[in-house]
Amino acid sequence: MSIASHESEHVDAHTGTSTTGHEWDGIRELNTPLPRWWLWMLYGSIVWAIGYMIVYPAVPLVSSYTKGVFGWSARGAVTAELADLQSARAPMVNALAAASFADIEKDPKMLAFARAQGKAAFGDNCAGCHGAGGGGSKAFPNLVDDDWLWGGKLEDIQQTLTHGIRSADPQARAGNMPVFGEGVLKPTEISLVADYVRSLSGLDVAKGVDLAAGGKIFAENCAACHGDNAKGNLELGSPNLTDEIWLYGSDKATIVEGINKGRGGVMPNWGERLDAGTIKALAVYVRTLGGGR
Amino acid sequence: MPKSMTLGELGLALAGVVMAALWVLIAAKAYTPEYGFHAVLFAVASVATVFAVANRYHARPAEPPAQMIDGKPNYNMGPVKFCTIASLFWGIAGFTVGLLIALQLAFPVLNFDLPWTSFGRVRPLHTSAVIFAFGGNVLLGTSFYVVQRTCRARLAGALAPWFVVLGYNFFIVIAGTGYLLGITQSKEYAEPEWYADLLLTIVWVTYLLVFLCTLAKRKEPHIYVANWFYLAFILTIAVLHVGNNPSIPVSIFSSKSYIVWSGVQDAMVQWWYGHNAVGFFLTAGFLAIMYYFIPKRAERPVYSYRLSIIHFWALIFMYIWAGPHHLHFTALPDWAQTLGTAFSIMLWMPSWGGMINGLMTLSGAWDKLRTDPVLRMLVVSVAFYGMSTFEGPLMSVKAVNSLSHYTDWTIGHVHSGALGWVGYVSFGAIYCLVPWLWNKPKLYSLRLVNWHFWVSTLGIVFYISAMWVAGIMQGLMWRAYTSLGFLEYSFLETVEAMHPFYIIRAFGGGLFLAGALIMVWNVYKTIAMPEAEAEASAMPALVPAE
Repeated sequence: MSIASHESEHVDAHTGTSTTGHEWDGIRELNTPLPRWWLWMLYGSIVWAIGYMIVYPAVPLVSSYTKGVFGWSARGAVTAELADLQSARAPMVNALAAASFADIEKDPKMLAFARAQGKAAFGDNCAGCHGAGGGGSKAFPNLVDDDWLWGGKLEDIQQTLTHGIRSADPQARAGNMPVFGEGVLKPTEISLVADYVRSLSGLDVAKGVDLAAGGKIFAENCAACHGDNAKGNLELGSPNLTDEIWLYGSDKATIVEGINKGRGGVMPNWGERLDAGTIKALAVYVRTLGGGR
Repeated sequence: MPKSMTLGELGLALAGVVMAALWVLIAAKAYTPEYGFHAVLFAVASVATVFAVANRYHARPAEPPAQMIDGKPNYNMGPVKFCTIASLFWGIAGFTVGLLIALQLAFPVLNFDLPWTSFGRVRPLHTSAVIFAFGGNVLLGTSFYVVQRTCRARLAGALAPWFVVLGYNFFIVIAGTGYLLGITQSKEYAEPEWYADLLLTIVWVTYLLVFLCTLAKRKEPHIYVANWFYLAFILTIAVLHVGNNPSIPVSIFSSKSYIVWSGVQDAMVQWWYGHNAVGFFLTAGFLAIMYYFIPKRAERPVYSYRLSIIHFWALIFMYIWAGPHHLHFTALPDWAQTLGTAFSIMLWMPSWGGMINGLMTLSGAWDKLRTDPVLRMLVVSVAFYGMSTFEGPLMSVKAVNSLSHYTDWTIGHVHSGALGWVGYVSFGAIYCLVPWLWNKPKLYSLRLVNWHFWVSTLGIVFYISAMWVAGIMQGLMWRAYTSLGFLEYSFLETVEAMHPFYIIRAFGGGLFLAGALIMVWNVYKTIAMPEAEAEASAMPALVPAE
């Protein structure tokens, strides 16, 4: 049977194939049969699709659906994979949870495991603020410089991680840089003390600034937390001002802003979200990053 | 015959008056200034409609335009010309915004920290500008051209075709400005809010009627294959748009509405819509373009009528079911996901039927690829189509999708189809149309077409290979475990690893834009050329070899 309507028998000279006889705006259509390979691949893909629907859950029924030959389900697969992972990790995870920091440090295998677990947990939970490598950014402390606001011993880090800093946790690390603007110090005094603070780490100060006056204001207002020698205080989280490490920046405007308005960044209390073993591993990993006094 | 207003003129003018009054009221009482701004635009457009109808009435003779002049159809090419120019304008706009967001991903500072230029608002501006504004105008223009030429009939309706093209472009303005102002219903590729949706519904139904009525008065005994594809596109887009967008506005004075679907049903309806926007807008519609412009340009008969029938119906039947593959490994029931995969695989050969018919039509004219860069662009578009329609079913298989899902592989896949297939078949059609429509002997410069071809081909290669590498790398990094059983990379590390590829992608996008700018220059110079002799216009001009 030919599809052509025989309005006018027409054969294409190049291919020798007849056309359907119609012509639209100069366009004709050849009566070429379906390419065999195309047809067989069409059938093949239909057979493959039917097979796929037999293997996997596919056909909706009245109150259920066909489950497929292996009973596979997306939720079941992910649950099984997670269970496999957890059972593979279980011996070391349990050992870690039971061990003290001293035990962990003595056992190279356990130490390596804690660092690996800590690194993974760090990437998922901490890197968003502290950076993938722990390098930090403005207002988020650098964790690789071995300069610790609240202490760099394993127990200190664990405490900070568990309860957070200025978080909702009642045992959180508390204490913040108070507001010295709003009438506590005059703008000229704030400027003087900012210059003095910059001089502590050897930064340039404009000529003619009375550093002695700035030092006096520092002794009266700042030394209580930052110390007479401005080396900071781990108990209060007050930073060392002499070490050329700056959480917010070393330019005078930033320092004046901090004195004026105070500072008080928040770290979440991860104890609410992570289990004790993970926090222990994180402490080990974070300490690895920054050494740890 | 005394001159009097037609029913259409009267009705449209009246509708303009009523709409102007309504939108002035809404502008006065709008909840937000953004919606107020849109209401003012609607009011201005309504008033402009009244003036345009009145002007047209005064300017026109008493009799309606002749259907035939000297035994030849009196084609209505005004709306086609408008769409051709509009598609160039929106194309450049859409590609430029695409380049901007590609650069934003590499260098976030280019968000400029402003709400209007943030990625979340500019990204839908890009997708809508290239798909619906650029692609939509190409489809409207070519469909109005092809249906007239292959039916040997003047476009149905006097005002209706203009209402369709101007109404559609006004919808685009409302959609685009809405995104920048933060007006969105947050459904991908269906972001415009309820009032824009209603406008589009009216415009689209009119489009369907114009197309159907033109088909009905055809002088040819049979309907040409390109028109089947156009009709499938127009009809299915109407169904998809109405199915995906039913929503209840908070108030007529608010742009905000709530969609009636919820939860996983909403997701399923959304991707039934989303996937078939690809299937019927970006595939069926552009296959229609292919079916007219390739045989026309190559001056060869279509390879196989049978194949066109079989692959048409197979494509139409299979495509509509494949949407669930966008929701693999989500809350969508497993059985629906499997069905999505099964239909996607079965869709492979029906898709390739179009590729075979496009490529094999060149048989007997392959030598023209050396000398005619316009035909080369059309043929390469079909090659990209074949590649994307193989990759699509592959990515729909669960095992592959578990690697590719949510990665930039998807972006690479989309752009091999969008830049390579939709872009090139559109450019080829525009290069054919401009001399035909403006009655020029030939294009201003085939050398510039050649430059456009090579610059943008290089751009596409950079773009899609960067996204393939980036996407597969991203997927592998996400699933990598250490020997101790912990994830090897954090999410941030995967983002850092993508950075060089984002730069390469932006470079490729920049080349693609540069190619399109060459085209705009070429089209401008072509339209500025002196007209062809009267006789030559009846047939498309043959382009001499270089």
